[in-house]
Amino acid sequence: MFDLIVIGAGPAGITASVYAARKKMQLLVISRDIGGQAAWSGDIENYTGYQFITGTDLAAKFEEHMRKYDIALEENETVTEVKKTNNIISVKTDKGTYEAKSVIIASGKRSKELGVPGEKEFKNRGLTYCATCDGPLFSGKVVAVIGGGNSALDAALQLTKIAKQVHIINITSALGGDAVMREKIEKSKIVTILNNTQITAILGDKFVGGIKIKREGREETLAVEGVFVEIGLIPNSEFVKDIEKNQIGEIKINCRNETNITGIFAAGDVTDVPEKQIIIAAGEGSKAALSAFRYLAQSRL
Amino acid sequence: MDKNVKIYSTPTCPWCIRIKQFLKENNITFEDIDVSSNHAAAEEMIQKSGQMGVPVLDIDGEVIVGFDREKIKTVLGL
Repeated sequence: MFDLIVIGAGPAGITASVYAARKKMQLLVISRDIGGQAAWSGDIENYTGYQFITGTDLAAKFEEHMRKYDIALEENETVTEVKKTNNIISVKTDKGTYEAKSVIIASGKRSKELGVPGEKEFKNRGLTYCATCDGPLFSGKVVAVIGGGNSALDAALQLTKIAKQVHIINITSALGGDAVMREKIEKSKIVTILNNTQITAILGDKFVGGIKIKREGREETLAVEGVFVEIGLIPNSEFVKDIEKNQIGEIKINCRNETNITGIFAAGDVTDVPEKQIIIAAGEGSKAALSAFRYLAQSRL
Repeated sequence: MDKNVKIYSTPTCPWCIRIKQFLKENNITFEDIDVSSNHAAAEEMIQKSGQMGVPVLDIDGEVIVGFDREKIKTVLGL
């Protein structure tokens, strides 16, 4: 039986595990990957202490920090259920079942899908959800980024260094995201911004050859060889059934990272904490670990 | 005899980094091909795997897309 199981190893999960390890808690971290969304980010310029760092490098630093402590880690493992019976919380995965006195859910978010015809067929055949990973394969090509928030701007900025032309397909009337990033995008000569525009289908033969878009009631076809989907995220919270969530599936927490189930805490992007940022997720992770530590001490479990 | 292991990757993809870490931990020597700078290799990878996602692993002609740890273990006999 563990004192604490941390689900997820993104900024929140890793920070929670470092804090818990320093409190000498008996600890297990279960995660599908390491670094979470941070690892998929392009350039990061707002994590204090680093004026500039890539997502890849920051995730590597997080991992290095975690590995400094002797923390048990089950990687490539997906949690399917978390359940509390009496005072024991069981965590079921695709590979086994573990028990703990407390749990921190830091499972983050994943990319939202477009839900248009052609999306499934052309996934990895020109359509991707990760500009950081697959962007370089589109060098010299015309591509489309779907979305208008920070992650879409980040993807578009990465692609300006690679592609021949970048179309941003934005459903709202103006781009969102940080002003600094918007300015960089607007300065780029190879970016076209299509506002009030909706994507309705992905076209192509074996690989993506174009997209269908709808603007001002008219449908037209745009020839592109790459489609980068950046329309937002959904929380990885389906595996906890009894926990209170908000309308979009984020786990509800209070200021101590407690959920409605005693002994189960949550941190980072999977929660309803306002603002989703790497630095916020990391801070929330540390809070959750300290709350779990306090809970175990007070309840004498 | 050692198998011929090739990995098609980009420097920034997290799964490429993990797959290379995994191979190193298991003392597997491999040829790392950066498809972000080598366009001919990128085309070769797309031809071989019928898709454009990285990483792609080629173990003696057997093509594995993504970090499929179990499949890699089976093919490498780990």
